[in-house]
Amino acid sequence: MILFILRRILYAIPIMFGVALVCFSLVHLAPGDPLVSVLPPDASADLQRQLRTLYGFDRSLPEQFFSWILRAVTGDLGTSIASSRSVTEEVFRAVKNTLILASFATMIGFFFGSLFGFVAGYFRDTFVDKLASFISVMGVSIPHYWLGMVLVIIFAAQLNWLPATGAGPGGSADWAWDWAHMRHLVLPAITMSVIPMGIIARTVRALVADTLAQEFIIGLRAKGLTDFGVFRHVVKNVAPTALAVMGLQLGYLLGGSILIETVFSWPGTGFLLNSAIFQRDLPLLQGTILVLAIFFVLLNVLVDILQSTLDPRITRQ
Amino acid sequence: MNASLSIPAASVAAIEQSPGYWSGVFKRFLRDRVAMIAAVVVLVLVLLALFGTYVTPADPYQSSMLKRLKPIGTEGFLLGTDELGRDMMSRLMVGARLSLFMGITPVLFAFLIGSVIGIIAGYTGGWLNTAIMRTVDVFYAFPSVLLAIALSGALGAGIGNALISLTLVFIPPICRVAESVTAQVRSRDYVEAARASGANAFAIIKTHVLGNVLGPIFVYATSLIAVSMILASGLSFLGLGVKPPEPEWGLMLNTLRTAIYTQPWIAALPGLMIFITSISFNMLSDGLRSAMDVKQ
Repeated sequence: MILFILRRILYAIPIMFGVALVCFSLVHLAPGDPLVSVLPPDASADLQRQLRTLYGFDRSLPEQFFSWILRAVTGDLGTSIASSRSVTEEVFRAVKNTLILASFATMIGFFFGSLFGFVAGYFRDTFVDKLASFISVMGVSIPHYWLGMVLVIIFAAQLNWLPATGAGPGGSADWAWDWAHMRHLVLPAITMSVIPMGIIARTVRALVADTLAQEFIIGLRAKGLTDFGVFRHVVKNVAPTALAVMGLQLGYLLGGSILIETVFSWPGTGFLLNSAIFQRDLPLLQGTILVLAIFFVLLNVLVDILQSTLDPRITRQ
Repeated sequence: MNASLSIPAASVAAIEQSPGYWSGVFKRFLRDRVAMIAAVVVLVLVLLALFGTYVTPADPYQSSMLKRLKPIGTEGFLLGTDELGRDMMSRLMVGARLSLFMGITPVLFAFLIGSVIGIIAGYTGGWLNTAIMRTVDVFYAFPSVLLAIALSGALGAGIGNALISLTLVFIPPICRVAESVTAQVRSRDYVEAARASGANAFAIIKTHVLGNVLGPIFVYATSLIAVSMILASGLSFLGLGVKPPEPEWGLMLNTLRTAIYTQPWIAALPGLMIFITSISFNMLSDGLRSAMDVKQ
């Protein structure tokens, strides 16, 4: 088991290296001078040179890459060009907010996704199944940024029940676990939950239908087990994969929250990414993407390990 | 399908015409009511994209300060006007062109490029396969939304850059599917037989592999169109894709955000179009999958 975990982590290292390389290339893919956003248009050649040396843009690309990686490993992602604050600090404050939003969204999505999936799988090819499947197709087809807008129109603009934007009263970016802050979470979390809901519902429906078609279910029924008893066996068979899908969805939401965060002005990583892009703050852009992608890789590893512990059918060679 | 197989004309008459694979697919597809409805919606959207500019009730670019944000059902403006007083109905119709173009093109390019890379990786195996598939793994480490936005954010706003980033996002998943189906076909006996009879790799891929793998890859690619539509409009929504004043649903949704307190239902219209399009493509793709009996 320990060997399996080690191997899985070791395998992730080259991937993380590749991820870092892609993030680094992004900055150098960008057309124009990376300092363009801070340089005054009439900056002297001398000042330009100084700033270039300060941010390390004067060295060769491999040199820049390795020094960036070495510093990134120690937790230093450089300095934001626009705000001249530490990128690491900015990113981790934003990650916390995004994590809150994405976790709630995943939980809501998992609950309703499993519910619809089980109902559809149990009553396969009936009207209920068609309805549940239709809802799950809607979930994966809806442009979630639009759903966010529609919810804002209904619950904020028309009914005035919930706040439209921000993560706290008065536009504060610091999260607290009280109703004043939680109110701000409701609309974005529901909006975001639609994607994992659709995907989990599809997965669970297929798994339930597959499990119910297996012979051991007939065996269980034949020996006189109650419907609830059979249901427990189905859950046991479906749970590992469904949980794994949920874990991966959490990773997708962490990285893919930018559109929803823009709609709701949620002060998370997506919001940060958005401002990094439009201020052409390349160290911040690079750092945010790196952190999100590494999160995603690590989450994948964790899900793999958890799934193989939960599911004895997976061989750990 | 077997155009290269020449059968003497006389024997054709003797053989009972058996329905081919594709006619079976077509028949099953016709019987799928949901897929047929989706197909009709997609057809209407494609027609709008092609000929929308000729049938609009008004000029989609003509703005008017006096007629800003007229409600739905206003005389002369069936679906109201936008924040610059332009006719919404005309803009939604003409918007089909750019929106569909931005959504479909990346999948098409990714289908072509990803299939070639994936088939090469799956057929050759060995170190080339390892090199290609590990590179694909790296791109898999990015959630697709993040990768699309990061790429187009770094490249800068614009239609061309948005198309490039979306194509790059869809190449890895298509490549993975192409690799796995090709690797399965490669181990079949008839490929082994062809190799033993001295056929070279190119000939084997052309005659034995392509026909068996393109179907599943194509079905998978069609399932990406809905995602691509949402992502492409999302890029424009963020200001990273199409630039004003061009009508594109994602961009329209963005510029109309200021109107959610005054004319909320007009502000929501462009998103409804994106939703209708993506759900139709999803159902079309589902129908195609079950008609072609591709298992995933």
